[in-house]
Amino acid sequence: MVGSEGTIRMLWLQGASCGGCTMSILESGASGWFDELRQSGIDLVWHPSVSEQTGDEVVELLEAIRDGRERLDLLVLEGSVARGPGLTGRFNMLAGTNRSIYHWLLDLAPLADYVVAVGSCAAYGGIPAAGINPTDAVGLQFEGSDIGGALGAGFRSKRGLPVINVAGCAPHPGWMMESLLALTSGDLSADGLDAVGRPTFIANHLAHHGCSRNEFYEFKASAETMSERGCLMEHLGCRATQAVGDCNQRSWNGGGSCTKGGYACIACTSPGFESAQNYLQTAKLAGIPVGLPTDMPKAWFVALAALSKSATPRRVRVNATADHVVVPPGRAGDKRRP
Amino acid sequence: MTRITVGPFNRVEGDLEVRLDIESGRVTRAEVTAPLYRGFEQILEGRPSLDALVIAPRICGICSVSQSIAAAAALRQAMGIAAAPNGVLAANIAHAAENAADHLTHFYIFFMPDFARDVYASHAWHSATAERFAATKGSAARDALPARARLLEIMGLIAGKWPHSLAFQPGGTTRAIELGERVRLNAIAASFRGFLERVVFADKLENVLALSTSDELDRWREGRAGDFAHFLRLADALALADLGSGPGLLMSFGAYHDFNGARFRAGVRTSSGEVHALPSDGITEDVSHAWMHDTSLDPAESRTVPDADKADAYSWCKAPRLAGEPVEVGALARQAIDGQPLITALLASGRSNVRNRVIARLIETARLALSIEHWIKGLRLNEPFCDSSASAADGNFVGLVEAARGSLGHWLAVRSGRIERYQIIAPTSWNFSPRDADGVAGPLEQALVGTEVGTAGARAVGIQHVVRSFDPCMVCTAH
Repeated sequence: MVGSEGTIRMLWLQGASCGGCTMSILESGASGWFDELRQSGIDLVWHPSVSEQTGDEVVELLEAIRDGRERLDLLVLEGSVARGPGLTGRFNMLAGTNRSIYHWLLDLAPLADYVVAVGSCAAYGGIPAAGINPTDAVGLQFEGSDIGGALGAGFRSKRGLPVINVAGCAPHPGWMMESLLALTSGDLSADGLDAVGRPTFIANHLAHHGCSRNEFYEFKASAETMSERGCLMEHLGCRATQAVGDCNQRSWNGGGSCTKGGYACIACTSPGFESAQNYLQTAKLAGIPVGLPTDMPKAWFVALAALSKSATPRRVRVNATADHVVVPPGRAGDKRRP
Repeated sequence: MTRITVGPFNRVEGDLEVRLDIESGRVTRAEVTAPLYRGFEQILEGRPSLDALVIAPRICGICSVSQSIAAAAALRQAMGIAAAPNGVLAANIAHAAENAADHLTHFYIFFMPDFARDVYASHAWHSATAERFAATKGSAARDALPARARLLEIMGLIAGKWPHSLAFQPGGTTRAIELGERVRLNAIAASFRGFLERVVFADKLENVLALSTSDELDRWREGRAGDFAHFLRLADALALADLGSGPGLLMSFGAYHDFNGARFRAGVRTSSGEVHALPSDGITEDVSHAWMHDTSLDPAESRTVPDADKADAYSWCKAPRLAGEPVEVGALARQAIDGQPLITALLASGRSNVRNRVIARLIETARLALSIEHWIKGLRLNEPFCDSSASAADGNFVGLVEAARGSLGHWLAVRSGRIERYQIIAPTSWNFSPRDADGVAGPLEQALVGTEVGTAGARAVGIQHVVRSFDPCMVCTAH
């Protein structure tokens, strides 16, 4: 998709957004994101947070793309599409144009080689779609897990792909950059996306994989209150065994992740995560968490949990409800030096 | 008289449109519009009270820790508990890191690129400035973005990730710091200090913070390398101290509370320089020019109900007022009210202006770097970081904190464990407010009046400097 000037032209727009996806991607690149884009042959034709052009310079650029005078290779949207009130889009006007972002997107999306939704808002509606959804917010091609959204189920960009959904709130900077670069190198095709449009190189993993609390999970040795070291699934709402993403296989901000940070995975890569309630408490039925791993018979899970609980080493059991290591590793029966 | 519209007004956080009336080449009247509404306060109503910790911070991707801390403070009041001392310090460290990262992002990515514009090409300083600060192309971003990312590694240790973390709880923070992690925090703080001393100030932070008069600052910057001195020379060349004067009243809710009180104290500063206690019960929000139905002026009692067809309205932002007056908030207000010597001296010879807002942000960044070092030392590694929470009582509660851009308040009403009402007044709601019922303009609307546009109209670069000097966060503004 390299154009005549040898560069890939990327336009980044923000809808009903918090700007967090941009704040995240600005962490990308050893010598900064702008250098990384240059090295990758991507020309950022405009981005609301970082570009020099402002006001009518931007309007002219958008009109030139709309009228086919300027090429558009990658269209990236951050933030949900606020269609309200009454499909006017007036809750989110593109300043200086007297036109809503919703309507600008309807014009521009079909002109792009690829359309990328960064963040769960642009993908599925996200937080603005929670509760009564005051602004009729949807994702570009999904409304929660229902296909449709702002562009419709049948939408395909010029290269024949549906919207690529780099879900997450906010997504890891690597998820966004790797998705963009996989597209520009031609390595990401429709079969590289899962049923809700997420790249499978991210979505084939679970947030649980590589969790630093995995020994506690194995023995069902659970934290009971915030900041304890044990597994967060049984009591504190963790959904990492159900949420997709390689969250614990790569480092966030130099070494973190949600579960390493001491709080539950809230499944922010999943459509509809915004509709949950009581995020930091595990919903239970007859004392058993309702959100067990989906691809395992519940009876087996309960039986294995009972078995592993009965085999839990004292070290694991004690440390699970402490915020510091109380019992260090050692052979069973070892006496600690005085 | 001609009327011009400036938008999309970029290199601010979020969406902004400004309309200006121009006579004889100068702005005579300004209207500031927040063109995005998402309905967070409506979304929060009816939810379990602790869900505020998930939803409210997602208002803003650039100051989500500040939003978390305000929500946690309101909930802490509702629970009648105190946070674990380590949790207080860890939250301060993360909050200060976000605040400092925001100041860097503003200076390098949002504000300075305007001086690289072609409109300044005839100035002797232009080529060096463009090489350094041109948007996405200048050499400065290659220094600043990796330094920002390194600073935000503090979040990886304390908060799991950034933006949008659940580590900030009413009882403290969720991750106990061990010895190795404290050593890593120290290393991050040291590399941040290194960046500031090498690239931003070209001097020791202690020397920068010892400057206490305008003359000392002028002598200090003579022949000095570093981006701060670069800015000071531009500010003189372009008379930025004469540009964008604010309404006069400055306010701070006070920031970074620990066992010695607030690191930056709370108060109100009048245009004559007197600092008074903060009359926080005098805070109101007027909706006469916002696309909102009238409910109550008191944020503890009001609700947010949009009215997209309201006549005479021109923004989704309500108009916050303190005892009926518009006030300016931000680093300049914070440092002035705290009595920081240099900022106090600079304000003595004038009001808030484009130059002083930028200086205050960088001086504050130096102070934050020292505070981060201090708080890391204060962590007691064998003690708890998070105390138990309790259930939230019924009633009205409030969390008042300072975000990078100024005073941030969350007003929370709880009934039977659920959120009955939730009202947020963000820093840029104050600075970029529309007119109130008396027709009094908001701070930016006042600051733009008198700005010279000449024949450049909507492309006048002076407008860009005034607007961006406030470091607006529009996504917080109307939420």
